Amino acid sequence: MADEITLEVARYRPELESEPVMESFQVPLREHWAVLDGLTYVKDQLDGTLSFRWSCRMGICGSCGMTVNGEPQLSCATFLTDYAPGPVRVEPLRNFPVIRDLVIDIDDFMTKLPEVKPWIIRDVHSPVEEGEYLQTPQELDEYQQFSMCINCMLCYSACPVYSLEPDFIGPAAIALAQRYNLDSRDEGAEERRAVLSSPEGIWACTFVGECSAACPKGVDPAGAIQRYKLTAATRSIKDLLMPRSRR
Amino acid sequence: MSTYQRPLALFWWLERRSYLLFVLRELSAVFVAWFVVYLLLLVNAVSDGAASYQEFLDWSGRRWVVAVNVLAMLFVLLHAITWFGLAPRAMVIRVRGRRLPPVQVVAAHYLAWLVLSAVVAWLVLR
Repeated sequence: MADEITLEVARYRPELESEPVMESFQVPLREHWAVLDGLTYVKDQLDGTLSFRWSCRMGICGSCGMTVNGEPQLSCATFLTDYAPGPVRVEPLRNFPVIRDLVIDIDDFMTKLPEVKPWIIRDVHSPVEEGEYLQTPQELDEYQQFSMCINCMLCYSACPVYSLEPDFIGPAAIALAQRYNLDSRDEGAEERRAVLSSPEGIWACTFVGECSAACPKGVDPAGAIQRYKLTAATRSIKDLLMPRSRR
Repeated sequence: MSTYQRPLALFWWLERRSYLLFVLRELSAVFVAWFVVYLLLLVNAVSDGAASYQEFLDWSGRRWVVAVNVLAMLFVLLHAITWFGLAPRAMVIRVRGRRLPPVQVVAAHYLAWLVLSAVVAWLVLR
């Protein structure tokens, strides 16, 4: 195994460049080094001005999403040896404005996420003395995979609809809405319906499926969206046939 | 804050197979619409009498009409097959507490397709 690998890193310094340029760095090729370790080496040893986001280094915080050799990846979970002999091309996540180097502007997602109210909504909260809201393993199974979302935005980066229609609420936000809609303790489906059923919601999705392929946590946002399409369509027909039977 | 927005390449949809499939499926809507128009033209020709129907058949036999219809059928097949393919992702059906395997959901769709086609064939050919 060669002892070094080349990282081609996209640099964008607004005070220097009007568009990103690629810069190559030689970093040690070690068996347990992820792309993020390579970037950290560059920042520590070669060029302290390189900017990128990271936090947990163990695939749970969702901060270090980048485009590695054209694919949206968590840079902490993508190993250099898998790209040997290299080079490894590291760019910011696609479909997002770039602030600096590998740092993207996540405001759009942060604005959209609360619109789907991704939290448990109850009509009436039962008093604490009554204890927890109990749930069977089957009820947990209904939504558990969607609860694995870490908001890393790789799905937004993979989605061609999001790049064409920036108003699209997007895969993760819809998957998280479904995470609560399918939770037996939740009673907020009706409150989420208007946003989810809007043209910018589920109906913008044309089932490309790349969001589910890109997800590092095995969430199936594409599946969540298709499932909600069926729910929304059924609800609309019910409303049409029985306009007075509200929940 | 000045940010950089990567421009979308003109041929972005050729970058991945799934993107190409997505664009083709979007395009298939045009051909689905064409078949609706074609069916309406047929119904109209039939209602106008035998001569009109014969005229429609002659027109349908023209090379370019056949070519358009073959192309349209390929796109409609793509549309139908990808539609059936996503069915199990949209339909989570539980039978006695157990989730119906995705293969069975897809199979049910193809079976329904077959049955409906057989009914239409019987109506037309009897």
